[in-house]
Parts: sequence; C-alpha cells; structure tokens
Amino acid sequence: MNVLDIKDLRVEFPGRKSVFVAVDEVSLKVEAGKILGVVGESGAGKSTVGNAVIGLLQEPGHIAGGQVYLHGQRIDELPYKKMRQLRGRKIGMIFQDPLTSLDPLQTVEAQLVETIRTHLPLSGKEAQQRAIELIDAVGIPNPAERIKQYPHQFSGGMRQRVVIALALCAEPELVIADEPTTALDVSIQAQILELMKKLCEERNVAMLVITHDMGVIADITDHVAVMYHGELVEYGETNQVLGAPNHPYTQSLISAVPRPDIKVERFPVVNYIEKAGTPQKHIDISTHWLGKSREYEKVNGPLVQIRDLEMRFETKGSVFPSQREYFHAVKKVSFDINEGETFGLVGESGSGKSTVARVVTGLYHPSGGSILFGNTELTSLKNQRETMAMRRQMQMIFQDPYSSLNARMRVKDIIAEPIKFHKLASSNSEVRQIVDDLLDHVGLGAAAGLKFPHEFSGGQRQRISIARALATRPRFLICDEPTSALDVSIQAQILNLLKDLQEELGLTMLFISHDLAVIRQMCNRIGVMRNGELCEVADCDQLFENPQHEYTQQLLNLMPSMELLSRANLETA
Amino acid sequence: MIGFATRRLLQAMIVMLVVALLAFTMFRFVGDPINQMVGIETSIEEREALRERLGLNDPIPVQFARFIGNAVQFDFGTSYQFKQPVSELFAKRIPATLELSFASFVFALIVGIPMGIYAGLNRESAISKLFLSVSLVGISLPTFFIGILLIFLFSVTLQWLPSFGRGDVVQVGSWWTTGFLTASGLKALILPAVTLGMYQMTLIMRLIRAEMLEVIRTDYIKFARARGLPDRLVHFRHALKNTMVPVITITGLQLGSIIAFATITETVFQWPGMGLMFLQAVQNVDIPIMSAYLLLTAFLFVAINFIVDILYFFIDPRLRVGRP
Amino acid sequence: MADVSTSNSEPKGRLARIIDSDLFHSFLRSKVTVVAAVMTLLLFLVAFLAPWVAPHNPFDLATISILDARVPPVWMEFADPRFLLGTDDQGRDLLSGIFYGMRISLIVGFCSVIAAAIIGITAGLVAGYMGGRVDAIIMRIADVQLTFPAILIALLIDGVAAGIFGGIDREVFAFYILIVALALSFWVQYARTVRGSTMVEKNKEYVQAARVIGIPSVIIMVRHILPNVMGPVLVIATINLALAIVTESSLSFLGVGMPPTQPSLGTLIAIGNDFLYSGEWWIAIFPGIALALLVLNVNLLGDWLRDALNPKLR
Repeated sequence: MNVLDIKDLRVEFPGRKSVFVAVDEVSLKVEAGKILGVVGESGAGKSTVGNAVIGLLQEPGHIAGGQVYLHGQRIDELPYKKMRQLRGRKIGMIFQDPLTSLDPLQTVEAQLVETIRTHLPLSGKEAQQRAIELIDAVGIPNPAERIKQYPHQFSGGMRQRVVIALALCAEPELVIADEPTTALDVSIQAQILELMKKLCEERNVAMLVITHDMGVIADITDHVAVMYHGELVEYGETNQVLGAPNHPYTQSLISAVPRPDIKVERFPVVNYIEKAGTPQKHIDISTHWLGKSREYEKVNGPLVQIRDLEMRFETKGSVFPSQREYFHAVKKVSFDINEGETFGLVGESGSGKSTVARVVTGLYHPSGGSILFGNTELTSLKNQRETMAMRRQMQMIFQDPYSSLNARMRVKDIIAEPIKFHKLASSNSEVRQIVDDLLDHVGLGAAAGLKFPHEFSGGQRQRISIARALATRPRFLICDEPTSALDVSIQAQILNLLKDLQEELGLTMLFISHDLAVIRQMCNRIGVMRNGELCEVADCDQLFENPQHEYTQQLLNLMPSMELLSRANLETA
Repeated sequence: MIGFATRRLLQAMIVMLVVALLAFTMFRFVGDPINQMVGIETSIEEREALRERLGLNDPIPVQFARFIGNAVQFDFGTSYQFKQPVSELFAKRIPATLELSFASFVFALIVGIPMGIYAGLNRESAISKLFLSVSLVGISLPTFFIGILLIFLFSVTLQWLPSFGRGDVVQVGSWWTTGFLTASGLKALILPAVTLGMYQMTLIMRLIRAEMLEVIRTDYIKFARARGLPDRLVHFRHALKNTMVPVITITGLQLGSIIAFATITETVFQWPGMGLMFLQAVQNVDIPIMSAYLLLTAFLFVAINFIVDILYFFIDPRLRVGRP
Repeated sequence: MADVSTSNSEPKGRLARIIDSDLFHSFLRSKVTVVAAVMTLLLFLVAFLAPWVAPHNPFDLATISILDARVPPVWMEFADPRFLLGTDDQGRDLLSGIFYGMRISLIVGFCSVIAAAIIGITAGLVAGYMGGRVDAIIMRIADVQLTFPAILIALLIDGVAAGIFGGIDREVFAFYILIVALALSFWVQYARTVRGSTMVEKNKEYVQAARVIGIPSVIIMVRHILPNVMGPVLVIATINLALAIVTESSLSFLGVGMPPTQPSLGTLIAIGNDFLYSGEWWIAIFPGIALALLVLNVNLLGDWLRDALNPKLR
C-alpha cells in the first residue's frame, strides 16, 4: 500500500503577465519505510511538490489539477481545518535551514510538548517524557537537560536534529524533507542523512526527500524522481536511474556532477540545459589587448608565498586590551602558489579559507605574517601607487552571483570600470571595444553590455564577474567558491570556462571551495583547512589517493559515494 | 544580568552627562544671567559682586561641576520670569503632566495593540483596511488640530466636556495633586488624553501590524504551521511573542515622546503642566526653566530606555542565556 | 524561484523600463495611491502657483479691509460672494490665505527635508562604511538625539536662537531657524537608515569587487553604495516631508514658528483658534483641513512607496 500517492499534480502561480506552471502532470508514489528522492535544479518545481502535498503553497500558488492521496484518502481538497489536523499528525515536514526553523524565544521542550499535545491525547507529564525520548532518539546527548535549552544554544547540526524530532513527534506516516542537509557542512550532512535513513526504517515512515544534490540521492533514497522545469522527466529505482539514465536531461545532469573519484580534463558539454548565450566568438589572444602586455616581472620560485599568516577579529571590544576577545580565523598558515598552477583551499564553513582569500586580496589587513607576491611584500605596501599596481595584478571572483554585481550599473559600465580606473586603454572607443570582446570571450555576446545584472541568470552573472576580473589583465585570479551558488549543470560550464581561460592566459589561481569533488577537478595542489589551521598540503592526486592527515581522511570518507552514478558520458568525453 | 545592567546604566549616565553639558552651556552662555536678574539701574560694581557671589567668575569646569551638583539636588536656579526657584515651579506642575501622559499612554496601548494584532493577522480583511486608513488619517492630523477638532465638537458644539484646565484636583501626599479622584477631573482628562494618545495609538497599531507581517513570514512560523499547531498557538505564542522585542523598544520611545508632545496638548487645552510652562519659557527666553526641562525630560527618557533594556532581557533568552 | 533567463530580450530604454517595472504596475493597481498622487500634485500646484491662482493677495494691504473681517463661508448667512471660504480676523480671504500658507509650509518642508537628507545621508554613509570609532561617535550622537522627539529639539533650538539673537527682529530669522531646527531634528532617521543599509551593502560582494579593483573609498561610497541605498531614503524623505510639515505647523501654532506676517498653515490655525469659541470656526478649521489633506496625501504616497519597495512584502 502506498502511503503517498500523487496523481497528475499541476500547480500554478498566476503572475502579472502570465500564469506560471510550477508543477505539471507529476505523479509519484511513496511506500512505508522507503525514501523517494525528488531531484532537480533551481526552478524545477521540486519544493513546490512538497508544499502542495502538505497544503502550504505560497500565495497565489494553488493546485490546479490532479489529486493527492494519503493512505488512499484524498487530501488535496480537504478544508483548512482538516488539513491542519493532518499536518504534524500524519505528515511531518523538515525544512532546509535549521537556524531559522525554530522559534528563538521558546525552549526546545516547549515547542515539542505543544506539538505533541496538539496531536496526541497525553498529559503534560507524558508529553514531556515523550519529548525527552524523541530528543534521545535523534541522537542528542543528555536529552533531559538539553531539552530545557533554547534553540540558540544548539549547533546547526543539533538544531536540525531537533527539527527532525519535531517532525516525528506525533508518529506521522509521511515525512517531507525539503533540502534537509543543504545548509549543513559535509561531516554533519552525513550524520543527519544516516539518522534520517535509520528513523525511516525503524519507524516505518514513508519519506519524500527534496534535494538538488545527487550525492544525497545516491546515499539514502530507494527511488528517485528527476524534475526539469516543472515536469517529471525520469522516475524509477535509484540504482537504475543513476546507473543507466534514459532521459537526455538526466544523462547530462549526472555527467555534470563533479566526481571525487575520477579526474576529467573538461566536463562534458551539457547541451540540454541553459544556453550560455551567443556562441563564443574567438579572440586571438596573441594579438588581442587581453593577451598583450602581460610582461610582468619574472619571478624566481613561487609567485605567491604566504608565511605564518594570522588573522584575528575582535569579537568583544573593550577599552582595556586585556578584556578584549578575539576570534582567531586564520592561524599560522603558510603555503606557496607556483606560477601557472591552480592551488585549491578546501575546508568546512568557518575553517578560515575565505578569510585567507580576502587577506591575500587586501580586503582584510592581516594581524600577522607575510604575503610575498612576486618580489613584493603585500603587507607593507606604502602608497596608493604601489597598492594600485598590485591590485591590477590580482583579481577575485566571488561566490554569490546575485550580490557581486552592482544592480544599478549596466553590464558594460561594470566591466569598463576597472579598465578606465587603471587607465589600461587609450580612448573611450577602445574601452568599448575591449568590453565587447570580453563579453564575447566569456560567452555572453557583446549585446549583453547594455543590460542590467538582474536581467541575467546566476550562471550568466558569474560570467560577467569573470569578464570584470579579466578587465585588469590580472596575473593571479582568486576564486572564492565561484560555483557553490549555482546548479550543477551551470557549475560545469563555469568551471570549463575558468579552465580554458587559465590555459589561454597562463593565469595563476587560488581556488577556494567546500566541495572536494570540484577541488579535485580544478586544482593541481590542495591545502586542507580546519579551524583556521592548514592541516595538509599535497598534490591533488596524492591527497585523494593517499591522504596523510586524519582530518583529510575523515573528510574523504564522509563524501557521498558517487559509485552508483553512470560513467557513460564521462568515458566518451 | 548584573554586567548587562551596569553597562546600560553607564551608558545612560554618559547620555545624562552630555545632556547636562548642553543644558549648562545653554544656562551659562545664552544671554547674560546677571542681566536677567537685576534691573537696568544696577551699577557695574553691584553686578560684579553678584557675579562673584554666584560663582560666575570661577573656571568653567568648576561651574559645570557645581551645576551638576545643584541639579542632583533639584536646584535649577531661579526663573527669570517668575523670580521663583525653578524646582518649586516644576514640582507644582509635574503631577498634571504625568497624569495626562499616563492616561494617554494607556489609551494608546489598550486601543492600539488589539487593532495592530488584528490587522497583522488578517491582512486582507475589510476591517484591517479600515483600521489602516483610519490610522493614516490619525498620523496625518497634527496633534493640535485633533485637539481643536475635539474641542469644537465636544466642548463648543455639544458642550459635553470641558475645553480647558484640569477640573477639581485632590491633594495626595505632600505635593502630588491628582485629577483621577474627582468626576470633573476625570471629565477634564478625556479630551486631552485622547488628543495626546491618538498619534501614539496609530503608531503602535501600525508598528505591531508591520512586525506581525514580518514574523508571519519567518521559517519558524511556517514550521509551526507545518507541525499542525492550531492558529491560536501559532499566532499568540509564537508570532506575537516574537514581535514584542521591537514593539517594546518603540513603545518605550513613544512614552518619551508623549511627554514631549504634551507641550502641544497642554497648550491647546490650557492644561497646567510642565509642557505649558516650558513653552512659555521658550517664548520668553527663560533659560533656567528651559535647561531644567531639558534635564528633566532627558532623565525621564533615559530612565524609560533603561527599563526597556531590562525588559528585553526577560523576553529574549538569547540575551539571557549564553551559548554553551 | 524560477531562474528564468530573459537574456534574449532586447535592452530597453529608460522610459520603457519605468513603464514596464513592477513599481509602476503596483502604482497603477493601487487606486488610492493614484488618487493620492493626483491630489498631492494638485495641492503642490496651487501652493507654488499661489500668486497666480489665488483669488486675492492676502499680503496686499490695499485690497484688505477690516470691514470684511470674519465673513463666513459663502453657504452660510451673512456671507460675501467674494470670499468662498470666508475671511479671517483682519479681513483676508481665507482661501487665498490657505494657498499662500501652504506655499510657506511646503517651502519650509522641502528645504528642511533636503537639508536633513544631506546631513543624514553623509553621516550614515561615512558611519556605515568606515565603521569603528567614526561610526561609534556618529551613532552615539544620533542615539542621544533620538531620545528627544523632534518637536522638543526644534523648540529648544528655537528658544536658544531667540536668546542668542535676542534684540534682532525675530521675523527675519524665523524661516531659517525653523529649517535648521527641523533639519537637525530629522537627520538622525536618514543617518540610521543609510548606515544600516550601507553596512549591508558594504559586505556585499560587488563592493568587495570594487575594492579589489582598487577604487578609493569615497568613490565606492558615492558611485556604488549610494545608488543602492536610495530606496529607503526615498521612503523616509516622503514620510519626513509630511512630518516636517506637521512639525512646522505645530511650532507655528505654538507661536515659535512662522510669524503672523508670513503665516504658514499652522500660524493660520493658531490665529483661528482664538475665534473658535465665538462660533467663527472656519478661520481655524479650513486651514486645518488643508493641512490634513496635504499631509494625508503625502503620507499615503510614502506608505505605498514603503510597501512597494519592501521586497519582503511582495
């Protein structure tokens, strides 16, 4: 018997100009004790399916067709009050961000007890007992004590456990988890996934897991549904779908997933998905402005030498130096980057990897240590002129494509700004020509220059960011999680572009990512960071095949296994 | 808790010190205090003697210290217009202002909070829209004009309520007089209190509505709904409590501005409070009264802010309980 | 939600972008707002064109006769058809007085809003971008000042100014003192808002990108951050215009604002207030209604603007 049965679901969002169909003709089934994964990229409508089932669609969205059955009972037409009684009691829900899912002003106990007593006829004492059992069941130590605490006293992973306890507290038959581990670090993600799988089996709960992450799908699901633009493109057993995908979209999606286990030269071209724009017009780098005057001073040895880098942030200010408290973001970090190579920095959130990038680019002034760029010591630059010369040689690509471009400027002005500012062109017409060429070169087409950033998608914006970074003709490019906000298919395109540019222009790169698989595809050498310290530096293959440091080994073990995934496209690439 | 309170207390004292410096500067340098105290026929020698006796020739820091010392003992000098000690003048008028402010604050809260909650929870309902329109009119009408309209309607046309004064007052204790205990006192209070409270009421209502709308959209409210909690719990236990922190801040500040706006209301209704006296002082450049009023209201505001900060502490556990 | 690319559409001109924008559509959808906008425009027009559209010139002593004093509006007994809304105690036409008064109220309002905005935006940008000690000092000043309501500060400044300029004719300075008093009472709101937005914008990556390029702080503040924080400033400026008009009229009503020789709406109401009890209600009530209409419509616009620009409420 299926716990959840969705038939021909259609969800519409009426808009100003047209009706947006978020979900179209989707049919899914989940059995008790099984996990169904719904996977897709942003805009695929996967979260909308979950919200439609539990009856919490954002206004003005509504179910425009199809039926939803829970244990054979139709629930999509239930009146508000009946539906409310179902929520929590029959259907539990887990949200993405554990930091914002709990009421900050109530203790964990209060939130559990009120939910239990809403649904089950228990006394206060019994409900309290049950709450403690639940907290124990989701693996929080000292349940009787910790239950008295407020959400802010728990770490992110622990809060997600509390959220799971809340979702399970009235023994629901179905649990919907919407990106349950996206906001968590790799190591915690593995624990939470394991817990979910265990609870699902023990309690014989049907689970609907919504995610963009193929790793999560491969790890815990029994069945998987692949969605694309509101439609179901492929649906079947997880092994089957991941191992031998039928639909071209699934095939390209899987081939775009970065693999920690094999290194590829380039990601296969994903032609099914978003078009990059006008085809790349080729610029002859040897004669073009972009390739010219790269006659930087010759360096003997590494291009960048970082020694004993320290960065502290004041967390509690005081007039008395002894009373001040600091957060030590970077502790005694030393590494070299050779000319022309890509050096990767990998670590979990809070490991200090982004801080290193910001110190190197001069956004933060280091608390100690030295950064030697070529023959120049960056920490002791004196005047504006020296600083400017350095700034021109190193550029940065940022994480968030939505905030890294000034929304009030046209694209051509954004890219022209560094050229004009560093006086790299002799006339305005030359600036215009260079901007057009750069836009062509990153695959957007010169016409894009007249538009504003909000008219572009995330991947296209990241191309604009890259064009802006190239506009100073840099020698050293720092990429801070350049693709972590993008869908995998777009990620593959951007990573390919970065690889091409590095090859053409002989760029040196510092590549920062939390994603070991991406790091493996991009980097020659890798440094692993934890809590502000650099644990290990090794050549790429050596690090993955034979990790030395305990923490590196742990990180590698926790990575979702990708063995299920088809290799078909990779081998032909 | 103790550390938190001490830090806030310290900040409050710094604010008071800055205000005292302002008041002192005004007191000492705006106009010549001697000229205000003596007649034209006073000789230069006599003026000089008076100047010496009042300590006006001492170094400025000494004078400032003396000014603070006196202020702490409620000695604010002598009014230029009335030739009486400022503290006595204020003592007579403080009860009137505080009673008026209290009554209008209570009016603003009792009416404003339920309206705000309703409008926040039922955003699209016709009554909410009516509340919102009425509140906009309330914000747009200047306090003094509301007063004039009320007087015109209830005093001049209908002749139900008095248009000026406090009515009969009863002496309570050595210096407090109250209008709360007589029928005419209560009747006289209605119009001024409504006038003064109207603006605050609309402000509180709009604020609570806006905060409610924000909180309703948070993840923890969505999660509470997804757990099937009844609306009553979601709205009052989760949503309302979370709106309280900003609401208390603003309401606290509003209590302060009620005392300031009392100046206008007291003028319209000839209410014998300190605002009316302050206004007369401004018109007649009676600096001692102005600087005393500045200090007094600053003290009230700072005290209110301090209480508000302490209240936070009890509402928000994130301030109370540290991370493990 | 949907990451729908519109990259194939043609780049649009400025006017086309405005007409196609969500803001403009939300404006047209809200009928109240459209009415408020039309009313505001109308009131601004009659105020600024007062010398040309007013039926009489209330400052031209040659046309004023004390015999016309306190004539009621035309629909009442003993009215005079020359005076639509009646006359005041000196025989001046009330309607014309209101037009001229509104003109003065608006001029004071606009000047003080602009002055407050310039002070506040500068302080907020500098405090938010520089942070540290500069920020602490500016915001402490703002905090202290915020404890005092605007009207009180304006009253104090007025009182002190009167003390300093003691002997000199107050009427000459009243206008400037008012603007200074209002600007100094309202700058804090701009400063706090701009500081808050600046601190958010400062940490956005486009600002960091500009810093990595090497652009100096002043240019980053003016060219990159300022345009991105103007939304909330516009909302505050609109609401503040209403507040400035109310505060100005309150001060004038209390007798410390505009003098009777250059009456603003508040002054007119103060004059009329004395005749309220003798049944000549129109002298106070009509200027009051004009004031309320003006403030209400500006507030309606500000309210709509705030909701329309708030991404959270969409």
